[in-house]
Amino acid sequence: MSSFKEMTGKVAAMDRTNVDTDQIIPKQFLKRIEKTGFGQYLFYDWRFKSNGEPDEKFELNHPATKGASILIANENFGCGSSREHAPWALQDYGFRVIIAPSFADIFKQNCLKNGILPIVLSANQVSQLLEKAAGQEYEMTVSLEQKRVYDETDFRAEFEIHPYWYQMLLNGWDEIELTLQLEQNIQEYEGKFLSGAR
Amino acid sequence: MGKTIIEKIWEKHVVHMEEGRPDLLYIDLHLVHEVTSPQAFSGLRMKQRTVRRPDLTFATMDHNVPTLNRREINDQVARNQMDTLRNNCEEFGIPLADLDSPDQGIVHVIGPELGLTKPGMTIVCGDSHTSTHGAFGSLAFGIGTSEVEHVLATQTLWQTKPKTLKIEISGTLGAGVSAKDVILFIISKYGVQFGTGYVIEFCGDVIRNMSMEERMTLCNMSIEGGAKASIIAPDDKTFAYLNGKKYAPQGDEFLDQILEWQKLTSDEDAEHDDVIEVDGSKIIPMVSWGTNPAMTAPVTERVPFLSECETEAEKKAVQRAFEYMGLEEGQLIQDIHVTKVFIGSCTNSRIEDLRAAAEIVKGKKVASGVNAIVVPGSQQVKKVAEAEGIAAIFIEAGFEWRESGCSMCLSMNDDIVPAGEHCASTSNRNFEGRQGAGARTHLVSPVMAAAAALNGHFVDVRKLAGVAV
Ligand code: SF4
Repeated sequence: MSSFKEMTGKVAAMDRTNVDTDQIIPKQFLKRIEKTGFGQYLFYDWRFKSNGEPDEKFELNHPATKGASILIANENFGCGSSREHAPWALQDYGFRVIIAPSFADIFKQNCLKNGILPIVLSANQVSQLLEKAAGQEYEMTVSLEQKRVYDETDFRAEFEIHPYWYQMLLNGWDEIELTLQLEQNIQEYEGKFLSGAR
Repeated sequence: MGKTIIEKIWEKHVVHMEEGRPDLLYIDLHLVHEVTSPQAFSGLRMKQRTVRRPDLTFATMDHNVPTLNRREINDQVARNQMDTLRNNCEEFGIPLADLDSPDQGIVHVIGPELGLTKPGMTIVCGDSHTSTHGAFGSLAFGIGTSEVEHVLATQTLWQTKPKTLKIEISGTLGAGVSAKDVILFIISKYGVQFGTGYVIEFCGDVIRNMSMEERMTLCNMSIEGGAKASIIAPDDKTFAYLNGKKYAPQGDEFLDQILEWQKLTSDEDAEHDDVIEVDGSKIIPMVSWGTNPAMTAPVTERVPFLSECETEAEKKAVQRAFEYMGLEEGQLIQDIHVTKVFIGSCTNSRIEDLRAAAEIVKGKKVASGVNAIVVPGSQQVKKVAEAEGIAAIFIEAGFEWRESGCSMCLSMNDDIVPAGEHCASTSNRNFEGRQGAGARTHLVSPVMAAAAALNGHFVDVRKLAGVAV
């Protein structure tokens, strides 16, 4: 996993609640066996009309969001399926940070494991950001080191992150590698408890 | 203070604990399917890692598989994904219920059916509906592909201890009301997020009276309320279900196990972080009308008026849902016409679901203009249904009888609801496009789906013959 310390980037706003992973990456694109190249299919059914043309009404098709790396979303973002294709698609499209008042559990985990930073801010803070970014170019800075997000004018907010993920993301550590260092403990556990699943 | 069943299972599975870190949990059973696993196996290969416990891993293919002709898979990309799983299982020594196996089926149907799922276990799968297995008193939850890779490599997972929520359902369910209605009712009342950060324990009279199939339906859809997992303490019904199953312990070993499993209850003085009480007697058959499972109403009622929305955000979401679903505000549920009916999915494709639906269908005909399909959850379910004459009842009534798989639940294969058509579906998600671009899904129980198939629109199944009220 690549490490994450601080970044400044363009913001895209998506003021919809309960955006599910079926929308983030529709099922017809889940048949691929690679991790890469999903960005072109991100929000496919919303981004494109049935004739394949971009739907101008969709938030991410607004010219002001071009090249955005921070996504402001609303309540319960990423609900539904466990498909990690959702964060892969968001990342491949260019997003490194998602800010929302709440996330679905599995989706949040999946983001963290891929080095995407899911930030929970209050509903009030998120609506300020949604307003600032709606239909116009807007930039923010996200510092994981300081656990802070801010813009050049008046927005400033602190966020929380589990100390484990704080470390993991800052250092870009490989989780499996870390776990494998506990091989001894795993073996002991197996010796003590394992009656075998079958 | 006493412990909840969730704490008991959790504590027994902690391999390593350390300040500032989640707990490292041992995983007893890892179920694998074709869609969320290929990248995990390539990850292993890239780092020259291996599968630590192929004996605790079990794979099947279900999401992509055709339900008509399994020998001819025209979709190259889908076929490639299935071949990839086959090759991965072979390379890493993982047992696989392949397309030609009598054990093949939807991963959450075959786990219990084969006796792989057992009380007290930690179970994971790269699939959100892994919560289904909680019906057996196991701690079972969905994971992403990175976690699939982690479990393959280490047989463990880093997990933060969840909060616990007790949902006690008292009373008795009326005739024609099933577990599907119970969970749809709960989600419609408490929303799609109430369970976020929690593991739910379902208990109460209604749960005790439920069959294992119904309990699975309930736990299956707890994820639609945001819960990480849900669990039901095992009882005699659980043990009876597991008795004689292929991978369940046999003979004396099984009896010994029961003594252990009986300890898996929440202690009298255990405290859950939150409690919800539901009166089961008040629940009536439910139909979803919108684009998430909370947008659901009793069949006797109507879809909301926009003026009833409490917040601007809700109003916006409801309006968007009306547009997508082609509904008018205030419209009666029973006036919604359907042209597609799907009985299947890991929520409602077990033998008991099919039996109940067949009761309604028996001797009747699917309404003209309606295309209805039944997709059994597994080859075993299919076989039993055929032997019992259930398949024949469906076929005579004009249903299509298919091979097992996920099918129209997410329409990754050819089973698609065309844009603009309404489908009465026994699956678990009514998200936009779930059953096909522009498809309009209505979540219902198997008997409600059957009734809709016969009438061409939603009807209160309690008013039909065959249901004793
Ligand atoms: S039946 Fe539907 S919900 Fe269940 S595993 Fe298959 S796709 Fe997922």
